[in-house]
Amino acid sequence: MTENGMNLTLKVWRQKSDKDKGQIETYQVKDISEHMSFLEMMDTMNEQLITAGKEPVAFDHDCREGICGSCSLFINGEAHGPDRGVTTCQLHMRKFKDGDTIYIEPWRSKAFPVIKDLVVDRTGFDRIMNAGGFISVNTSGNTQDANSIPIPKDDADHAFDAATCIGCGACVATCKNASAMLFVSAKVSQLALLPQGKIEAKDRVLNMVGQMDAEGFGSCTNTGACEVECPKGISLDNIARMNREFMSASITSDK
Amino acid sequence: MAKLDAKIPEGPIKDKWTNHKNNINVVNPANKRLIDVIVVGTGLAGGSAAASLAELGYNVKSFCFQDSPRRAHSIAAQGGINAAKNYQNDGDSTYRLFYDTVKGGDYRSREANVYRLAEVSTNIIDQCVAQGVPFAREYGGLLDNRSFGGVLVSRTFYAKGQTGQQLLLGAYSAMSRQIGKGKIKMFNRHEMMDLVIVGGKARGIISRNLITGEIARHSAHAVVIASGGYGNVFFLSTNAMGSNTSAAWKIHKKGAFFANPCYTQIHPTCIPRSGEYQSKLTLMSESLRNDGRIWVPKNMKDVEAIRAGSMKPVEIKAEDRDYYLERRYPAFGNLVPRDVASRAAKERCDAGYGVNATGEAVYLDFASAIMRYGKEKAIIIHEPNASEARIQELGKKVIEDKYGNLFQMYEKITNDNPYETPMQIYPAVHYTMGGVWVDYNLMTTIPGCYAAGEANFSDHGANRLGASALMQGLADGYFVLPYTIGDYLANDIRTGEVSTSSAEFDEAEQVVKERLNFFINNKGTKSVDHFHKRLGKVMWDKVGMSRNTQGLKEAADEIRVIKEEFWKDVMVPGELNELNQELEKAGRVADFLELGELFAKDALDRNESCGGHFREESVEPDGEQKGEAKRDDVNFKYAAAWEWKGDPKDAELHKEELTFNDIELKQRSYK
Ligand SMILES: Cc1cc2nc3c(=O)[nH]c(=O)nc-3n(C[C@H](O)[C@H](O)[C@H](O)COP(=O)(O)OP(=O)(O)OC[C@H]3O[C@@H](n4cnc5c(N)ncnc54)[C@H](O)[C@@H]3O)c2cc1C
Ligand code: SF4
Ligand code: FES
Repeated sequence: MTENGMNLTLKVWRQKSDKDKGQIETYQVKDISEHMSFLEMMDTMNEQLITAGKEPVAFDHDCREGICGSCSLFINGEAHGPDRGVTTCQLHMRKFKDGDTIYIEPWRSKAFPVIKDLVVDRTGFDRIMNAGGFISVNTSGNTQDANSIPIPKDDADHAFDAATCIGCGACVATCKNASAMLFVSAKVSQLALLPQGKIEAKDRVLNMVGQMDAEGFGSCTNTGACEVECPKGISLDNIARMNREFMSASITSDK
Repeated sequence: MAKLDAKIPEGPIKDKWTNHKNNINVVNPANKRLIDVIVVGTGLAGGSAAASLAELGYNVKSFCFQDSPRRAHSIAAQGGINAAKNYQNDGDSTYRLFYDTVKGGDYRSREANVYRLAEVSTNIIDQCVAQGVPFAREYGGLLDNRSFGGVLVSRTFYAKGQTGQQLLLGAYSAMSRQIGKGKIKMFNRHEMMDLVIVGGKARGIISRNLITGEIARHSAHAVVIASGGYGNVFFLSTNAMGSNTSAAWKIHKKGAFFANPCYTQIHPTCIPRSGEYQSKLTLMSESLRNDGRIWVPKNMKDVEAIRAGSMKPVEIKAEDRDYYLERRYPAFGNLVPRDVASRAAKERCDAGYGVNATGEAVYLDFASAIMRYGKEKAIIIHEPNASEARIQELGKKVIEDKYGNLFQMYEKITNDNPYETPMQIYPAVHYTMGGVWVDYNLMTTIPGCYAAGEANFSDHGANRLGASALMQGLADGYFVLPYTIGDYLANDIRTGEVSTSSAEFDEAEQVVKERLNFFINNKGTKSVDHFHKRLGKVMWDKVGMSRNTQGLKEAADEIRVIKEEFWKDVMVPGELNELNQELEKAGRVADFLELGELFAKDALDRNESCGGHFREESVEPDGEQKGEAKRDDVNFKYAAAWEWKGDPKDAELHKEELTFNDIELKQRSYK
């Protein structure tokens, strides 16, 4: 370690486009402060590449505070890296030490094809939402007063917990089956727990699960890996709830 | 100044919006199907507008640069959203929300717009709850409220520290429903590169597909710009990395006036920067000032000891601390508005009392609150003889329940435990009140081109109150635009599809392509960030929290120098027809460089202090308010709307005089 910080070896996935095969490239960075965020370390690497006339590494990011769900790096074999309950952008370099070699790869899943380097296509999530992740209410100035439907605090809190999913896809990237069950069940649960969402609950779960399958996400075999890596602590209970919703909808649906 | 007509409806303020809605034209449902609307942006403003317009029957094309509409910057809003529901029965009303917003904006906003905002605020909450937005609730199952930023009532609805996320996911779900029905065509990872004007009307845009680099033409009968604020002109801000001014700036250069660019909100409680590599700043919600006390050491020797690491803040005795907000503003103390709190922190740090290595940090201390809550709790649970350690334990639990997620976020970033040692905070750029000038209908000075959300200048005057940006974004998108745009589109029912094979589209596309080619072929030596950081430093040092004539003139000159160097020496690696994040940034920084100069010009022109705009030449000379900001209503009671004339330095000023019929102009005092 120099007095200015850590020296690190980075093994980074480079892939020109979805048609390219891709490979790992090795880069050295030095003087990395422990106070840097992981993405600031990536910025430092990129600045170095640009100054040397090379192409920087592409990666998704925007808010850099753990809420937009853009950042999505597989670091040393773990979605969002070694820390728990954080996204990649919230990971800090103090979790690493001088001389470390760090592997940085994109999410890997058939349903999330690589676009370039570390950037993947997660629009499958959007299409699942388009299939039913909503309550069918039009905008109007005449919806009933918000307090006319009291909701037990517990239900509201559970719905909120499920609703904190940021759609990052770490659950899929982490699952050996590339299942999207945690993501889908979070939305199904949120809406099924609220009286406003109950009316369409059956169609919703059938449509969303149908789209999930069509997108090529794998099936769930209850390994629980998704819950461990989920930066927002979305609970496996949601998957259980969705399975119940799905069963009862499949049996009673008139479709 | 015939050009600047705000189109404020006649009649008493409380009837204006209702009368207006009753009098404007509407498009019948069958005809809506023949009309296309482009919405740039999927934040609260753009997302809600796109969904509502599609529900009405228009064909909507929606654009965002992120990979999903759900990731727009609105997602990051923490604290809450205001609405005059008066659920707490504490005397809130449409008028009070209107009054607070006009006063909070230091009397530099348009009364009629603000009143309408307050009026529709209650509908927003109803709409969001119907969509399934899980707002915080009380044990009885009814909605909870918190108080925010210096107002006297509890009108802020919230969802823990993630209010923006929950509201945006609500709007996104409404959009998803319309995307599923084919009424919204979604273009994610697409950037709007320019506006196309045909026959004097906004008729389309040129877009770039950020994955393939493909340049495409999109036509429409109207274009809505909801592209967010321009705080990133400072490089460092609490905004998301991609937040930019380009869409707004492009329409400005095509004829939309840009209003009050110098009105910027610098938020007092953000995590200080830690080094040169810093890429963005993180907000610590305003709600923390309800319980945190702000201070710096009184004695320079303690400051030095702290910086040298030989002393800890907890070791400094109460009498050796300067609780400077409580000292200067005994009436409001730590709860003065954002602009006042920020300037006071800067004053202490400029005087040398900053408590970290960079000299730009003050303490936000929860120790007193922990003890106070601990004692209250001990009494409630019948432990009158609780030891100090026990009281602390109880107090920390109370603080955790209130602010747990913020404390955790702070600890993740700084590695300091704020339950044990005071937080370090410093002001940071947060929000831009200025933006594209719009009339009462949210139309810009280009017919058929609208601006909504943070991108427009409309409702917050010179300073925005906490929890009112979310309110404005959703008001614009759900409840204002869907009506006002119909009035304009009613004349377009026979137009038919707008062709993209016209000289105007050819030319716009040509200009876009040339600029992109230029960047790729420039082969300079310095990265885009190099220039962005330099611009940011000039903005912060000379156009930041405190501004003066000399600094502002220097800033404009220095920005021009950076701009020149940028065009000569910027290095954009990679290719045109692929995902190229440096190319995206280059276009945005080019626009920031122009905006920065107009910003400095506007700040120079406004020789008064108001809200977030503080001119050192305009302070109270004596009396109780000595040294405080001095507004000048005689000379500056207007919105400054700038017209593009080929170069920021030649921009022409148009004044919209502001009239106050329903609120008396007063000095803001917090002493
Ligand atoms: C950390 C933080 C906390 C905040 N907390 C609060 C709070 O508690 N309460 C409150 O009221 N306000 C808060 N604010 C302010 C508020 O969040 C924003 O003002 C508001 O969300 C802006 O919404 P918007 O829809 O106008 O724009 P944004 O949400 O910024 O959306 C902009 C959209 O435009 C798109 N876009 C931009 N340019 C282009 C282009 N050229 N081509 C295509 N698409 C483009 C983007 O992709 C995005 O979809 C906070 C702000 C920050 C930074
Ligand atoms: S469930 Fe968790 S891991 Fe999966 S998308 Fe949501 S936040 Fe990310
Ligand atoms: S960049 Fe937004 S969650 Fe990481």
